Amino acid sequence: MSAKKYFALIAIVTIIFLTFLYFSPNIFGGYTITVLGNIYIFIILAISYNLINGVAGQFSLEPNGFVAIGAYVTAILLLSPEMKSELYMLTAPLPLIRDVFLDPSKPFNPFFALLISGAFSSLVALTLAFPVFRVRGDYLAIVTLGFGFIIRIFLINNPEISNGSMGLDSIPGFASYFWIGVACLVAVILVYNIVYSRYGRAMKAVRDDEDAALAMGVNTFKTKTLAFMTSAFFEGVGGGLLASSIGSISPDQFTFMLTFQLLIIIVLGGLGSMSGAIIGTILFLGGMEILRPLDQASWHLGPIHGIPGLRMVVFSILLLLIMLFARRGLFGNKEIWDYIKIKKQNSNE
Amino acid sequence: MDVGFVLQQIINGFSLGSMYALIAIGYTLVYGVLRLINFAHGDIMMVGAFSAFIALGFLTGWKFNHISMFVFFTAVGISIIVTSIVGILTYVSAYKPLLDKGAPKISLLITAIGISFFLESLFNVIANQYLGGTYQAFYFPKWFSTIIHVGSLTIPVLTIIVPILTILILLGVLFILYKTKVGIAIRALAFDIYTVKLMGANSNFIIGFVFALGSALAAIGGIAYSMAYPSIDPYMGMLVGLKAFAAAVVGGIGSVTGAVIGGFILGFAEIAIPGFFPELGGWKDAFAFILLIFVLLFRPTGIMGIDFERQRF
Repeated sequence: MSAKKYFALIAIVTIIFLTFLYFSPNIFGGYTITVLGNIYIFIILAISYNLINGVAGQFSLEPNGFVAIGAYVTAILLLSPEMKSELYMLTAPLPLIRDVFLDPSKPFNPFFALLISGAFSSLVALTLAFPVFRVRGDYLAIVTLGFGFIIRIFLINNPEISNGSMGLDSIPGFASYFWIGVACLVAVILVYNIVYSRYGRAMKAVRDDEDAALAMGVNTFKTKTLAFMTSAFFEGVGGGLLASSIGSISPDQFTFMLTFQLLIIIVLGGLGSMSGAIIGTILFLGGMEILRPLDQASWHLGPIHGIPGLRMVVFSILLLLIMLFARRGLFGNKEIWDYIKIKKQNSNE
Repeated sequence: MDVGFVLQQIINGFSLGSMYALIAIGYTLVYGVLRLINFAHGDIMMVGAFSAFIALGFLTGWKFNHISMFVFFTAVGISIIVTSIVGILTYVSAYKPLLDKGAPKISLLITAIGISFFLESLFNVIANQYLGGTYQAFYFPKWFSTIIHVGSLTIPVLTIIVPILTILILLGVLFILYKTKVGIAIRALAFDIYTVKLMGANSNFIIGFVFALGSALAAIGGIAYSMAYPSIDPYMGMLVGLKAFAAAVVGGIGSVTGAVIGGFILGFAEIAIPGFFPELGGWKDAFAFILLIFVLLFRPTGIMGIDFERQRF
C-alpha cells in the first residue's frame, strides 16, 4: 500500500468513526453508550496487551498492575489539593502528592495527566524489564503476575499516597464518551503503526525465533523491553481513562480478573492480530453483557439456575475450548483485511 | 532481643516454609519434565483444601465440633486421592492434547491460566451455592492446636509436625526419584523426552505420575496451610501458588531439594522480617516476588544452581 493510499484510508476510518462517535449518543440509550465507552477503553488495553503477548510473543500477565498505576497517577494529578485533603481519611496525603508539582490554583490538564500516567507506567516497566528479560523462559509471566500483587500491596499499605484500601473517588470525569472514543482511535492508529514498523517486525522476529533474530542482528533485549514499555504506556493511559470514566478507584478494582479478561479477549481474536483484539473486545464485552443473567439467581433455563460467579466459569471454559480446538483464535496472527485480500486474489484467479 | 523470641520466629518460619516447600515440589517436578510453569498448581492446592473440607463435612454430617483422628485422616486420604485425580485430569484434558499437537509454549501457559481460573470460578460457585459462602472456616481435631510450652516458647503441635512431615516427604520423593524404576524414568524424561519416548517408555504414564505426585503433595500442603490459617476460600491458591513458584525458582527450579530449601527461605523471610521489623508487616506478601527478582538478577539458576540444559533433579 502506498503512503498516499494509507493516509487516505486512515482519514476515511477517522471520519467514519468520529461521525459515529458524534451521533451515537442520539441513537443509542445511556446503557448502550456506557457499554460502548467501556469497549473503547478495553480496546486500548487489549491492543497494548496484544503488543507484548501476541506481537512480541513474551507471555506476560501485567495489565492489571499498569492499569492500576495509570488510574492512580491520573486520579492524583487531577484531584485538587483541597479535594485530596478531604478524601485522604486514614492519614494526611504527602505534601508532594497533595500539591503534585504545578500551580495548585489551576486544574491539571487531563491530556497531560494521561500522558504522565502512561510515561510513569512505562518507566516502571523499564525497571521490571531488567531482571526479567535477562533470562529466557517464562519468568516474565510470574514476575508480572507478582507485580500486580505488589502494586496492590503498595496501594493498600501507603495510605499517605493512595488513601489505602479506601481508594479515591470524585475523580473529575473529563473522559466523556466522545473523548474516550478519540483516545481509542489515536491508540489504535499509533499501535498499528508500531506493529507494522521496523520495531514491530523486530518484535515478530523475536516471537518467531529468538535465536534467528539475534543472529540477524536484532537486539532482542531492547526489542522486548521496547514492546513491554509501549504496552505499559497504553495500559497506563487506559487506566487513566478508566479512573476518570468510573469516577472512583480502589485497589480491589485492579485484580488479576482484569488481566484474565484481557487474556481471553486477545486469545479469542487471535494472538498477534490487532483487528482480532478489537473484534475480540467487542465480542467479549458484548458476551459479558448478554451472559449477565447467568450471575443472577432469578435466571433459569429449565433446571439450570443462575448462580453468582457462573459467568466466569463459562468464560474460563470458553478460553480452554479456544486453546484446545481453535488455538489460532479468530484471525491467527494475521489481520482481518489479510483474509479479505486472500479471498480477492482467489476470486481473480 | 531474647533468645526465646528468635527461636519462636525460627520455628514458625520452618512451619510456614514447609507448606511452601510442599507446593514448590510440585512446580519443580512438572517444570523439570515438561518445562512448563503449571499455573494451576496453586489452585490444585486449593482443591486439596476444599476436598478435605467437603470430605470432613460428609463424614461428620457438617457438624464440626468433634472430629476424631480417624475421620480426619480419612478425609485427608480422600483429599489426596481426589486432588491427584484432578491433577492427572488437568494433564490429560488440557496439556496433553496441546503437547501432542506440538503447540507453542505460550499456548500451554495460557491453557494453564485457563485451568487455574476455571478451578477458582468453579469452586467459587460451589462454595457460594452449596457451602453457604466464599470463605469457610476449616475445622480439624483439637489435638493439632494443643500448645506445648518449652521454656518461654509456645508451640502448637501442628507447627512441629508440618516441618517433620515435609522432611520425610522430601526423603520419600528423593527415594522415588533415585531408587525406583518410575523415578529413573522421570529423570530420564526430564533429561531428554524424545529419546525416552523412542526407547519405548510410556511417557504419558510417567508424566501422569508426576502430576499425581505433585498434586498429592500440594493437597497435603494445602491442608496444612488451611489448618495454620483456619480458613479456606476459592482464591487462596493463587497467591500461595505464586509464592511457592518463587520459592522453587529461588531454590533452583528443577531441583526437588532446591524447592524445599527455597520454601524454607521464603517461610523464614515472611515470618522473621515482620517479626523484627513490624513496620514492614504489611509488605509480607511482596517478599516472595522481591526475592524472585533479586534471584533473577544475580543468580538465575537459583541456589541449587541447576543448568536447565544439562541436568535436572
